[in-house]
Amino acid sequence: MAKIVIDEERCKGCELCLTACPKHIITMSDNFNKKGYHPAKQINPEECSGCAFCAITCPDVAIEVFK
Amino acid sequence: MKKVFGRPVSLTDVPFTYCPGCHHGIAHRLVAEVLDEFGVRENTIGVCPVGCSVFAYLFFNCDMVCAAHGRAPAIATGIKRSRPDSIVFTYQGDGDLASIGTAEIVHAANRGENITVIFINNAIYGMTGGQMAPTTLAGQITQTSPYGRDPKTMGYPIRVSEMLSTLKGATYISRVALNKPANIIKAKKSIKKAFQVQLDRKGFSLVEILSSCPTNWGLSPVEASKWVEENMIPYYPLGEFRVPEEVA
Amino acid sequence: MGEKILMKGNEAIGEAAIRAGCRYYFGYPITPQSELTAYMAKKLLKMKNAAFIQAESEIAAINMVYGAAATGVRAMTSSSSPGISLKQEGISYIALAELPCVVVNMMRGGPGLGDIQPSQGDYFQATKGGGHGDYHLIVLAPSSVQELVDLTMDAFDLADKYRNPVMILGDGLLGQMMEAVEFKERPKVDLPDKGDWIITGCKDREPRHIVPFDLDPSVLEKWNYNLGEKYKKIKEKEVRYEAVNTENAELIIVAYGTVARIVKTVISNAKEEGINIGLIRPITLFPFPEKVINKTADNVKKFLVVEMSLGQMVEDVKLSVNGKAEVNFYGRAGGIIPSPEEILKEVKKCL
Repeated sequence: MAKIVIDEERCKGCELCLTACPKHIITMSDNFNKKGYHPAKQINPEECSGCAFCAITCPDVAIEVFK
Repeated sequence: MKKVFGRPVSLTDVPFTYCPGCHHGIAHRLVAEVLDEFGVRENTIGVCPVGCSVFAYLFFNCDMVCAAHGRAPAIATGIKRSRPDSIVFTYQGDGDLASIGTAEIVHAANRGENITVIFINNAIYGMTGGQMAPTTLAGQITQTSPYGRDPKTMGYPIRVSEMLSTLKGATYISRVALNKPANIIKAKKSIKKAFQVQLDRKGFSLVEILSSCPTNWGLSPVEASKWVEENMIPYYPLGEFRVPEEVA
Repeated sequence: MGEKILMKGNEAIGEAAIRAGCRYYFGYPITPQSELTAYMAKKLLKMKNAAFIQAESEIAAINMVYGAAATGVRAMTSSSSPGISLKQEGISYIALAELPCVVVNMMRGGPGLGDIQPSQGDYFQATKGGGHGDYHLIVLAPSSVQELVDLTMDAFDLADKYRNPVMILGDGLLGQMMEAVEFKERPKVDLPDKGDWIITGCKDREPRHIVPFDLDPSVLEKWNYNLGEKYKKIKEKEVRYEAVNTENAELIIVAYGTVARIVKTVISNAKEEGINIGLIRPITLFPFPEKVINKTADNVKKFLVVEMSLGQMVEDVKLSVNGKAEVNFYGRAGGIIPSPEEILKEVKKCL
């Protein structure tokens, strides 16, 4: 059991977390955040292993990981 | 469930001012995590540079001094000499450290100043809008090398870690990259070693961090991270160039 | 009464600084002030909780001062004209950061590499800012080795009092000459506590920043206004000068430092020839003693400014006199010291 929480307002939509995720379960939202970026969002959260690769790659420290 | 990854206490809540995908944010976080892990935040004084990270004082949750361009190692020297028990680090970019501040970094290393230097090498001047840095690669196009850097007239990209490693005063010198999770994990370990050297009063430590500048490289953040792998790492090999036996 | 000892000017500054509690010195060798750097090395390297560094450059030295001053200790650097030019970047930062420190300039002939003889060619640089931006140093101009001592000690107090860099503006002659000096017992001065701004690590408080910039012009303007208020206060409270024989003088010479010493000889020589002249010697060059000069111009209609330059302080004298009297100038440049005879000749020309 693991989950990630993405702070959408901190996210700048750089997509680095998408490439870091070994399970390919992060994608970009169609919505805009207040800064005008498409924030990252998780899909298929049940597949998340809590490896935190997304979080350690995020340049804006916008992802928290729970296990 | 328990939080296993979150914002380190040594970072403030202020959102970074860096461009999307810029590696500065990762470097900040790693330094902050190390300060947290050593429990030294309240005894730390950071020196931020002129360049994109001129605002680092807003992001690090510790006492901070802003230096003139290139002078951070001299200011850190003054701080450390008057407060030898404080943890003192500088955070400098490649224009700051390897161009205008070359004298200051060489001599701080040579004196074995007991400080830790975080050196961001992204092969370009970011804040001024993408001019050639001393670390810009041969052939790399920038605002001031519009036809590509020609080493014959513009000099060769400086390998700072190798250069400083020739100095006996330097205790720990390494080069790391932030382009993928495996490298980020290694970078963190290296930054931790660098601060350990300072905590042990063993002298000068520097971690050169290969970073991306998607905006001024004209690449997407994902492409920029790839560019670090394909272009920077071959010229700037990763690894430890000087290690005291005790932390090897 | 303390004991009088014979000391070279440059070394006397060093001893005074140490007695004033300065334990952090960062410098770079340059003639004609190198004895000061050497003196600090000899003393500070043997002291605990002290540092002496021969820096890689004057630029590095002033930035080491910046770092040390930020932690609240008394810090100093020294140099001579070309080296002071290099320090200007750091001095400008220190001025905005409002860090107390002392910078000694034992002036030599310029511009460029110039020579190594005494000069007063850095008056503009010292008093009008020197580096970029809108700021002032407090500038003290000693004219004897005793005054080098006293003013160096005062400089640290003034720096702390106003959180402002203070410059000792001497010259090669003062630095090299030997005179008997006394390190007097000084009354305890009440100085502001540094505890609320120094950088010491943020234990039990919020983190602090010493950041000499703000990209918001309205904030930076306010910051400049605050500096302006401080300079105004300094102008009101810290003016120092010496007035010699100004009553009934036919002419007043305005001179500082080494030149003022020579003028004192000129005054007595002139008296022997029946010419009655006086001297106003600014001891603070910033703040400039404009009021006394202006007031003197009510009674004395002729002024002669003598400098070891092509004419720098003369501009401030003219501003002070404000058209009420005639202001003449005589200067020697490039490291030449004017003789009493040639100054007296100039006096006669003016009368």
